[in-house]
Amino acid sequence: MSAVQHAETAAASAADLILSVNNIEVIYDHVILVLKGVSLEVPRGGIVAILGANGAGKTTTLKAISNLLRAERGEVTKGSIAFEGERVDRMSPSDLVRRGCIQVMEGRHCFGHLTIEENLLTGAFTRKDGNAAIKRDLEMIYDYFPRLRQRKGSMAGYTSGGEQQMCAIGRAMMSKPRMILLDEPSMGLAPQVVEEIYEIVRSLNEKEGVSFLLAEQNTNIALRYATYGYILETGRVVMDGEAKALRENEDVKEFYLGVAGGDRKNFKDVKSYKRRKRWLA
Amino acid sequence: MDILYKILIDPFVQMGAAPDLLVQTVWEGLVSGVLYALIALGFVLIFKASGVFNFAQGIMVVFAGLTLVGLHEMGLPAPIALLVTLGVMFFIAVAVERVVLRPLVNQPDIILFMATFGITYLLIGFGELIFGGNPKRMITEELYLPSGAIEWKAFGGFVQFQKIDVAAAVIAALMIAVLAFFFQKTRIGRALRAVADSHKAALSVGISLNQIWVIVWFTAGIVALVTGIMWGARSDVSFALQVIALKALPVLILGGFTSVPGAIVGGLIIGIGEKIGEFYWGPLVGGGIESWLAYFIALGFLLFRPQGLFGEKIIERI
Repeated sequence: MSAVQHAETAAASAADLILSVNNIEVIYDHVILVLKGVSLEVPRGGIVAILGANGAGKTTTLKAISNLLRAERGEVTKGSIAFEGERVDRMSPSDLVRRGCIQVMEGRHCFGHLTIEENLLTGAFTRKDGNAAIKRDLEMIYDYFPRLRQRKGSMAGYTSGGEQQMCAIGRAMMSKPRMILLDEPSMGLAPQVVEEIYEIVRSLNEKEGVSFLLAEQNTNIALRYATYGYILETGRVVMDGEAKALRENEDVKEFYLGVAGGDRKNFKDVKSYKRRKRWLA
Repeated sequence: MDILYKILIDPFVQMGAAPDLLVQTVWEGLVSGVLYALIALGFVLIFKASGVFNFAQGIMVVFAGLTLVGLHEMGLPAPIALLVTLGVMFFIAVAVERVVLRPLVNQPDIILFMATFGITYLLIGFGELIFGGNPKRMITEELYLPSGAIEWKAFGGFVQFQKIDVAAAVIAALMIAVLAFFFQKTRIGRALRAVADSHKAALSVGISLNQIWVIVWFTAGIVALVTGIMWGARSDVSFALQVIALKALPVLILGGFTSVPGAIVGGLIIGIGEKIGEFYWGPLVGGGIESWLAYFIALGFLLFRPQGLFGEKIIERI
């Protein structure tokens, strides 16, 4: 098979998958093993959730994909990551943003001393399609987030947590992404605001065709909006499945949705999920 | 009582008695203040964008001035020498990013600070190697800068303005205006402010830190070149000039390390304060207070307002 044909078949098989993460291992500071072989897939146009407790590796997984990991001395040491069929695990974050994959970091990270509008405009930094197109998209963002239009002249540092989260998502949308890695959008926000933000995420997904991979501790809401979910525990995927199936799974209910009780706190305590202990992965 | 009178009353009586001398002193202070402000500006730009206290800013001023004069001595016409010098400053910016900042990213601040010491001595070495260690005369006329003085009859006497000083003040004001426009209104300027605000967030939206660092060091290089020309025109271009980098420290403490307006206002306050202090209060202690007054003021600021006059507004949500 020629190289061209090979590329074509690769592209065809990847056509329905926008992102595939293949058995990655992440090590921080050359010694701390955080992810021990995580694999996941996001179909084009899907909303996929990564669930799990603190320290399970959700954020690390997202950062491994967006390659913000290297700024924190982390490194993908094994496995591969492909975005739209192209290997991206050695790419800089800005190359990845240019290709259409952007991360919204946990804790919003708006530019506090810039106004909301300036924040949104920094999202368009990598774009080359001219001011008119950027202006148009700015209006589009304001239509999705009417609250941002009201606050566009205020410094982002002075806006509320919900507005900052909207600003961070809007800023990411300004790069015209096909995929957004959304880390913990519900963090520290009131339930109504969380609902509002997830509604907007859903409409961005439906109307703009943006795929989402979200990391979330709030299992309940994430499984209502996502189509598929992965549950991470101490750096491994312990379970995955359709959102509906996960919602109805007895173990998930008990460990993550707060239904029923008992001494079992996570999958480690469950015999059927018992994993082989390995000294060196 | 006598000493109190001499400190609290007498200087003001003198100021009132000879207003022309006061204006002259303030003007002298203003001019050196503008130059302090320019050096502090170079520091602030780099500190904001890369979190590095750039010890090499002083030597960059000397090196830029030396390169300009040296190239002219080698036979290049002044305007071309100016352009080539700009090119050299750009090359330095790229080299610093490549060789120093990129490999040392994420290291503790003190390591980057020490690296700027290295850059300082490297530039001193190269400067001496290429252009020699002797003081040089700045090519003022060749750059179409005015010389001579204007006399202004007023206040029952006269005040003398050196034309080069007027030119320095005007050029500095213009440059600050251009920089302010660049920072507030352009795409790159916005990105620079974004990087200054949060490196991580800037990375996440696809701003390339490496590119921003080159731009910032180049901008600081341009500021250094302008400072070098202006300062060189008042004295000579020599390696002794690099100690003015230390004069920028009190300016920065006064104005705040992260504030461009702070650098400007701080520079003017230090410049004017020094000259007035020297002229009116200096004789009380036998003169010579100009060299330490700035540090004295800075010490007061460190005690009572450590973020400086215009230090970054610390935004905290309540």
